[in-house]
Amino acid sequence: MNTGTKDHAELAGIFNKDEDRVNWHDETLWWIRAKRDKIVHQLPEWEALRETASKIKFNVLGNMDTYLMEFEAAAKANGVTVHWAADAKEHNEIVHKLIAEQGVTQMVKSKSMLTEECHLNEYLATHGIEVIDSDLGERIVQLAGEPPSHIVLPCIHKKKEEIGDLFHMHLGTPSNMADPQFLTETARGSLRETFLTRKVALTGVNFAVAETGEFVVCTNEGNADMGAHLAKVHIACMGIEKLIPKREHLGVFLRLLTRSATGQPQTTYSSHFAKPRAGQEMHIVLVDNGRSVQLGREDFRNSLKCIRCGACMNTCPVYRRSGGHSYHTAVAGPIGSILAPNLDMKKYADLPFASTLCGSCSNVCPVKIDIHDQLYKWRQVLVKEGYAPTGKKIAMQVMAKTLASPTMYHAAGKMGRLTIKYAPFAVSNKLNPWYKERDMPSAPKESFGEWYAKNRK
Amino acid sequence: MRVGLFIPCYVDQFYPGAAIATLQLLEKLGVDVTYPPDQTCCGQPMANSGFEHLTGGCNRLFIDNFSGFDYIVSPSGSCVLHIREHLHDEKREAEAKEISHKVWELTSFLTDVLKVQSLPSRFPYKVGVHQSCHGQRGLHLSSMTELVAPSFSKPGSLLAMVKDLELIELDRKDECCGFGGTFCVAEEAVSAKMGKDRVADHLRHGAEYITGADMSCLMHMEGILKRQGSQTKVLHIAEILNSQ
Repeated sequence: MNTGTKDHAELAGIFNKDEDRVNWHDETLWWIRAKRDKIVHQLPEWEALRETASKIKFNVLGNMDTYLMEFEAAAKANGVTVHWAADAKEHNEIVHKLIAEQGVTQMVKSKSMLTEECHLNEYLATHGIEVIDSDLGERIVQLAGEPPSHIVLPCIHKKKEEIGDLFHMHLGTPSNMADPQFLTETARGSLRETFLTRKVALTGVNFAVAETGEFVVCTNEGNADMGAHLAKVHIACMGIEKLIPKREHLGVFLRLLTRSATGQPQTTYSSHFAKPRAGQEMHIVLVDNGRSVQLGREDFRNSLKCIRCGACMNTCPVYRRSGGHSYHTAVAGPIGSILAPNLDMKKYADLPFASTLCGSCSNVCPVKIDIHDQLYKWRQVLVKEGYAPTGKKIAMQVMAKTLASPTMYHAAGKMGRLTIKYAPFAVSNKLNPWYKERDMPSAPKESFGEWYAKNRK
Repeated sequence: MRVGLFIPCYVDQFYPGAAIATLQLLEKLGVDVTYPPDQTCCGQPMANSGFEHLTGGCNRLFIDNFSGFDYIVSPSGSCVLHIREHLHDEKREAEAKEISHKVWELTSFLTDVLKVQSLPSRFPYKVGVHQSCHGQRGLHLSSMTELVAPSFSKPGSLLAMVKDLELIELDRKDECCGFGGTFCVAEEAVSAKMGKDRVADHLRHGAEYITGADMSCLMHMEGILKRQGSQTKVLHIAEILNSQ
């Protein structure tokens, strides 16, 4: 989807034109948030688990170099080829080369937000390689020609009728057929064919264990396994922050991940990959793409603890009412809004402002990332770096000056109240965004300060 | 005990009733309250918009006005949280720090410092409580639905002392109303939608009044209620606790 130069507020404004759709989107995600609440409240040790996970990741972030080298050595010893990519471009080139070496022009891929971040599908398409996404939701948005709107639920913004239309157009299902069971079976049949014929399969990585060189991929559909087990070449792409030190730590993260993501106790498939089977090639691409820069930003370092559960999106009242695409970045929602400006401050300067700083995101985060505090901090950085609109800058300067002087403040307050009282058209008009759907507060005859001076001396 | 009354700018200008109720309630409880007349704004509108570096003037003024009190009390969780977290002054860092430790939001001051056990108030209406995010998640005025922790509510325990008041349950206990300071105009569409949804939850459960510890959220919801021509009103919690 080309969002052009529109910012979050504009895109959210467009999404909000259809209020019924906003209600449906909000309720669907709230239902998942409520499922999450129910299941986490069944674990008395939930907060201790979060604290443990946060500390494990804190350790990883402080010793990234050591763990990466440990992981590389162990993976190599397992017979896996390890590649390093400094950025998205290098990542895409490595994957392309591995496919080209097999002399094929098709690949099957399980869901990986890293490849979305690197725009791998588009890159491979320009090189004549067809990628089929095998996660059902991801496949649906792929058929629609859109990016995912959610990192765990890629097509949560689509209604089943719309999916029926897409399948009718692309997979030959009858028109006006929106039965989820039927559509899922159709997708299953079509993907089965893909799994059986692809020589190369790409998966993401949820957790990579430094100690053993193994990695774990979590899916609810088993599609990562189907791809990887049938293909001659398995390419696993991971951001370098996906590391955990030891196998014993997996228990902490696997218990947290899906409870936070969908309210399930476990993912249906938590697949452990250690070494290539006989005759298979296994490759791991370790991708930096801005992560070491973020690691160097002390205020934002904690964002690299993220295990991509999407809980912050489901709970975010703004995300639920603006839709994932309004964030115009691969990882939407609160966590995306602290990751994206690290990649491109100018392009994503709007995102840290797409929040009321309500703090619910920080509370649901299974690794205790201080998300809303980081949003606040990004605002300060972005303004200092000059990414604030000029109008806002001037307004803030005037406001700061007025509020720093009791005399000016009292005069401005009085003028404001008189305006609302005697010239309401000056504020109650279309130019005032407050007034569009809200009435102005009424103007009392005196301020509290004036009342106090008369009544308490 | 000398208490400085901190009245946020928009409460001073648009909701003097909430400020008067706060003052009268504290006086009723035997507190020696003073309102420093030269106060303006805590600086939060600038800070939350990314212009924390422009809040020096507000910070200096706040320190001038509120140094020397035993406690500083305000009927606004959001402004109190801002002072607690962001009040700085390079030249007077010790004073700033002291103030940020002495500033209290009204309901928590009543429950935690004064340890109020009963109130002589009566309010015979159905009331919905809006938990402001900064009060709840920032100042821990009540338990949060996201956390696995015991349930409590400081505003709720005070409202339970009010005779004939009927508290209503909400479908979403602690969802944000969408005010968010400058967010309410910068992200007008989402902000208004959040406000409408918040108000609808209260109306669905028969609220005659919506109350809370933050007038800013209430101002936002009041704007929506008025636009909808609703009979439901907003009142700051101080006004209910102070009612007879």
